[in-house]
Formats: sequence, structure tokens, C-alpha cells
Amino acid sequence: MVTSITSFGRSGLYDWMIQRVTAVVLLAFTVFMIGYMLFSPNLDYQQWKELFECTSMRIFTLMALLSMAAHAWIGMWSISTDYIKPTGIRFLFQSACGLLTFIYVVWGIQILWGV
Amino acid sequence: MLVSVYRYNPEIDDAPYMQDIHIDIPGGKDIMVLDLLQLLKDKDPTMGYRRSCREGVCGSDGMNMNGRNGLACITPLSEVVENDKLVLRPLPGLPVIRDLVVDMSQFYKQYEKIKPFLINDTPPPAIERLQSPEERAELDGLYECILCACCSTACPSFWWNPDKFIGPSGLLQAYRFLADSRDTATTERLAGLDDPFSVFRCHGIMNCVSVCPKGLNPTKAIGKIRNMLISQAT
Repeated sequence: MVTSITSFGRSGLYDWMIQRVTAVVLLAFTVFMIGYMLFSPNLDYQQWKELFECTSMRIFTLMALLSMAAHAWIGMWSISTDYIKPTGIRFLFQSACGLLTFIYVVWGIQILWGV
Repeated sequence: MLVSVYRYNPEIDDAPYMQDIHIDIPGGKDIMVLDLLQLLKDKDPTMGYRRSCREGVCGSDGMNMNGRNGLACITPLSEVVENDKLVLRPLPGLPVIRDLVVDMSQFYKQYEKIKPFLINDTPPPAIERLQSPEERAELDGLYECILCACCSTACPSFWWNPDKFIGPSGLLQAYRFLADSRDTATTERLAGLDDPFSVFRCHGIMNCVSVCPKGLNPTKAIGKIRNMLISQAT
């Protein structure tokens, strides 16, 4: 068993499960957004604004945003542990990914509640 | 035909190189790659490769033939030769000792990790621990593994993390003991596999299934281990 781990949940099963669940959320959000845009041919700013003013849409979008953050972190962590062998560079890469993810989440929330 | 062989003798060579050898196949027969290696060795006795049973049972002569891992002794030339050319390389990802001979230590270390023996803490019966035919059938497709390392060395996850990822061969064996009705250490075995590397580095690309000379399915076994981990989790 590999015991020194810096992943998301420190358990392979937990990370694997989060990866799958978040993928389903992201799929649902993507399908919804594509469907919404297809079925609203004359989409204007007002309609778009109203969509995101709705609490359920905010919950759905925030869920997708957090799912993306968790999904991206687990994915980037896996990729970095596969391909970046020098610990220092890997740590820098992972830190940059973490920071970027955090910025995206805060920025996303700000946009979402700024509507 | 033209055979291009990976050559490396660390006592003489600074770096590995490919040696091109033209060879005539006697009688134009469809011989096995291992027979071809013997012909090459007759020409150049310094050629190094492993072989033992020459019938696909011992798993010694795993190598990369025209980009595909397999056992030289049960691979006919007609199956691998393209445009009258054959490229022979050692199994990818493992340190080369000499020519086609690789150092299998990392592979065996992973095998050792999964405790490849029955663990049973109940008092042994007078004669033997019996299994029903159904319980015994659970081990089919698992016990046949000969540890030739063709699968693990075809797996990119094993290439990148040979010290952490158990690899398809070791995981097939791990499931062989998890599935055994006579083994009582299921919980401990599963606890030893629940980290992000041992099992979960498998991304299911199935290179292992495609190269296994015994036609086994490590990806399926890994899926079953994952399901056992899920059902055990709270």
C-alpha cells in the first residue's frame, strides 16, 4: 500500500468515486446548457439573466462549478504524479493547479451572485 | 528476412543499439520467434535472451515483437512479421540487464505486495480445505497467470509508477486470492489496496487484455476488486 499521498481524499476509492460523481454532474450541466441554448433560438441578455437569477439554476451552476474544481484537481493530481517526477516541480505544478482552481471557484461564485 | 534486435551489453556498450541481421528461414516454414532467436544465437553466440520451457508455460521469454508484447515461444512469425521485417526489443519499462533480458525485480516486488498465498486463520482440517465446484470455478481465468510480465510492461500506468501501481499481473493475482473461498483475509487484503496508486492507477485502457499470451483479463479482475472496495466502504 502506498501511504504517502497528497491527493484529494487520500483514498483511491474516495477520489475515484468523486471523479465519477462530479463527471455525472458536469454531464448533466452540459446537456442542460446545450439543450437550453438549442431550444431558445432568440436567446437575449434578459432571458439569460432571468435564468441565472433563479435559485435552482444558481444551485445547479454552483454544483457544476464545484464539481469541475474537484474533478480538475483529482485529474491534474493524477497526471502530475504520472509525468512529473521531480518532487519540487510537481509541488509547484500542483500548487498552481490548486490556486487556479480556487480562483475559478471564487470568481465563478462572484459572477453567479453578481447577476 | 530482416531482424532488428535490441542489443546492449553494459560491460562493453556505452548505449543500447539496434542490430540488423538478415536471416533465411529454413524451408520457408512458419517457425516461432523463439526458434528464430536460436538461429540468431547460432550466428552470434553473444545474443542474450531468457527461455526455458519453450511452450508458453514458464513465462521466461516475454519480449516486445514488432511493438507488441508476447511470449516468443508461442508466437509464430506469421503473426508478427510485417513486410518481411521483425523488430525485437526487451519488455518495455523494465531495466535492461543485457540484450533482451530485463530486470524483473520491480515486477516481483509488486507481486509480493499482494501476499500471493492463502491466508486462513481457522484451524486446518484433518485432510484439506474443500471447495464446491462453484467456488473453484471462481478461480478460473485467474490462476492461469504465469507471471511473464507481458501485461504489466504493456501498461503505461506501470511504466510511470512501477514502484506504486501494482500492475495488471499483480492485481489479477490479488483478485485470485480475494475470490478464493478458502482465504479469510479479504478485509486486510482490500485495506492494502485502497490508495490512489495500487489499484486506482488503472484507467482501463486494456493493453493488458490485448497482450496476455494466456488470454486472461486483468481489467475485469481489477473491476471486481474495485467493486469489492466499493461494497466494503461505508
